[in-house]
Amino acid sequence: MLGKTAGGLFWMARLLERAENTSRMIETGQRIALTRAGSGADDWLSVLQAAAVAYGYQQKHAEVLPELAIDWMLRDPDNPSSVMAVITQARHNARLVRTALTHEAWEAVNSFWMLLKEALARKVATRDLPKVLSLIRERNALVRGAILGTMLRNEIYDFIRIGTFIERADNTARILDVKYYVLLPSAAAVGSRLDNVQWDTILRSVSGEGGYRLTIGPDVTPMGIAQFLILDKRMPRSLNFCCAKLRDNLNYLATDYDLRLPCHQQADTLCRRFMTHDVAAIFDYGLHEYVQEVLGHLGKLSHQIEIDYRFYG
Amino acid sequence: MKPHRDRLVATISIAQAPGQGKHDPMDMFDEMQGQNGQIRSPYAKFDAWLSEEDAARLRAKSREAEDLFRLTGITFNVYGRSEAEERLIPFDIIPRIISGREWQRLERGIEQRVRAINAFLHDIYHRQEILRAGRVPQEMIANNVAFLPQMIGMMPPGGVYTHITGIDLVRTGPDDFFVLEDNARTPSGVSYMLENRETMLRMFPELFSRNQVRPVSDYPRNLRRSLAASAPAACEGTPTVAVLTPGIYNSAYYEHAFLADKMGIELVEGHDLRIVDGRVAMRTTRGYQPIDVLYRRVDDDFLDPLNFNPESALGVPGIMDVYRAGGITIANAPGTGISDDKAIYSYMPEIVEFYTGERPILQNVPTWRCNEKESLDYVLAHLSELVVKEVHGSGGYGMLIGPAASKKELKEFERKLRARPGNYIAQPTLSLSTVPVFTKSGLAPRHVDLRPFVLMSPEGINVTPGGLTRVAMKKGSLVVNSSQGGGTKDTWVLED
Repeated sequence: MLGKTAGGLFWMARLLERAENTSRMIETGQRIALTRAGSGADDWLSVLQAAAVAYGYQQKHAEVLPELAIDWMLRDPDNPSSVMAVITQARHNARLVRTALTHEAWEAVNSFWMLLKEALARKVATRDLPKVLSLIRERNALVRGAILGTMLRNEIYDFIRIGTFIERADNTARILDVKYYVLLPSAAAVGSRLDNVQWDTILRSVSGEGGYRLTIGPDVTPMGIAQFLILDKRMPRSLNFCCAKLRDNLNYLATDYDLRLPCHQQADTLCRRFMTHDVAAIFDYGLHEYVQEVLGHLGKLSHQIEIDYRFYG
Repeated sequence: MKPHRDRLVATISIAQAPGQGKHDPMDMFDEMQGQNGQIRSPYAKFDAWLSEEDAARLRAKSREAEDLFRLTGITFNVYGRSEAEERLIPFDIIPRIISGREWQRLERGIEQRVRAINAFLHDIYHRQEILRAGRVPQEMIANNVAFLPQMIGMMPPGGVYTHITGIDLVRTGPDDFFVLEDNARTPSGVSYMLENRETMLRMFPELFSRNQVRPVSDYPRNLRRSLAASAPAACEGTPTVAVLTPGIYNSAYYEHAFLADKMGIELVEGHDLRIVDGRVAMRTTRGYQPIDVLYRRVDDDFLDPLNFNPESALGVPGIMDVYRAGGITIANAPGTGISDDKAIYSYMPEIVEFYTGERPILQNVPTWRCNEKESLDYVLAHLSELVVKEVHGSGGYGMLIGPAASKKELKEFERKLRARPGNYIAQPTLSLSTVPVFTKSGLAPRHVDLRPFVLMSPEGINVTPGGLTRVAMKKGSLVVNSSQGGGTKDTWVLED
């Protein structure tokens, strides 16, 4: 496979995953706004931060307003990480690697882009927001389904999965990074209504409420959340799960090519973090520092994969 | 003569349809309804089907077709427009139908023409017998930018120059076909031929059980086989074939990706390639891997910045040196443009006879070469009846359709002709055949042309039955170019 193609597949998958995560963040922001009084400016700011688009927003707008934040994340042409921009880029990558995709997979990406362009042609009214957000999730599910159901399990598939899991791990780590302070045990009023809302928000932003109840139990606690989002082996958005999948897919390539590269070593090191730490130890070490390190490690690994598999020559 | 060539990227290539719209309708040959309104036999079964169809259903089908095309992404970028603009080429649901008997003659004529073109190219880059024999004037070659000195004495692998050719044909009567233009560089449009058929099969399966239509779907397989059979001496084992595209913003990118996909080979750009150990190699996830046959959709000028245009970022520095050393097959061979040049076109009957020893089966459109004094006089005196084309133009730009031109335009063109007569050829306006298209108010006749696609390898010549029918969507219009609003139709060759 061409190095360029591997890179196109990797980025297509990352960007698709990013669009879905952003839509989930918007949904969470909207949910908080509906369940509490006040302007919610702080909440929207943390949503923008978790989606890694706060800096650009603040360059353009002095004040954090819900409708501006939503528009920024969905379609503002000045935001290169808006859902519209990201899906346009994902489609561009899909076109670039058209020969590596089945026509079902390509058509799913292409129709996603066509529908989104229509849905985001003008500012989305609040009452239409749920419809637009579910369009994004549904269309993403369709793309994933087409890939899952029609693509050979070969190197092409491996690069797609690697892109998906690196982006997802990055997203979960960012949410933890932005919200770590509400999980710290030093918070004054443990179990207050405010905290409960914040903790729910974290779970909701990774679609994890139901999974949490089944795995950890009915009581939402900082320790439980960290356990669930960092170490849980079955939660598909936990750091442990994503990094394990990332390593698996890199290993399939190593087997297929009969060649281990520096990125494989790095992935092993990354995964070891989640084997050797129990959640109390993470809090002892410092949740913030821990998550920061994971984010740094993910960035380095992504770069190493680009080099090892010659994405850019 | 310093002809002007501005072909930065291969545009959806386009023929100019000469002729005029002011004929008495009785003169006009309609391929479905003939000259007297009686349904011609290839269309009999189709007509019977059509008469049972209701217009609302057909309208719905027509919209459905458009949605299908949009979903598949069969779009083209209009050259010079913003990169984001992707347009659909209008698709008309009424097929263009050719009988098996009609096709048989066309096929023989096309084969003969392609054999002659290939022999001409070999000769012109070697002994130049045809010039010595005085059948084509020396200056036609000497002053022609399409002639590539780098190809002199170079024998392409297997002796094949034109692996893929598109021959543009027009029709004026039941048995009157003319070659309008040969496309021996990087002809495009074949993806439309294939997708048009797929779309028709999906929308009107019943039509294909009523009519025995010869399939076109094996074109990609034949193309791959044909390219592989043309592998160079340096190739060991199964040849590695790749498609070279100028990139995602090229107007025909869809087609490049489509063909690579259907052939199951890599689609590469210049920056994916480099010379490694005397071979052209592509950067894969496992390192550099040599390519044996490169189906390039990049023009000669841009192929190799070391040997041609030094500004080109689309090609591969040094590929010509590898080519000359027998390390790679470039398809089509560089320099084939000398054979489809409009100035050379007028000599095609002589060229066919010279190399095949046979009378040409397909007619040329009579052509006045304006660099000849008597011809120029004639052309100037009859400007309002003629079609005048730039010798090196393409895409339907820079041409004059006399009968449709205003007084002012005629005057302007007269000035141009007098200033640079050698830059122009002129042809009579033919009464081009029509085929009905489906419009809001029912069927309406529109002018068409036909581009069959021809594959050539050391193993022989293969003509796909049918080709791409382009149709002028506007009433009376003769311009079928996709860049100027022309559409396409599925083309059927019947099993008689």
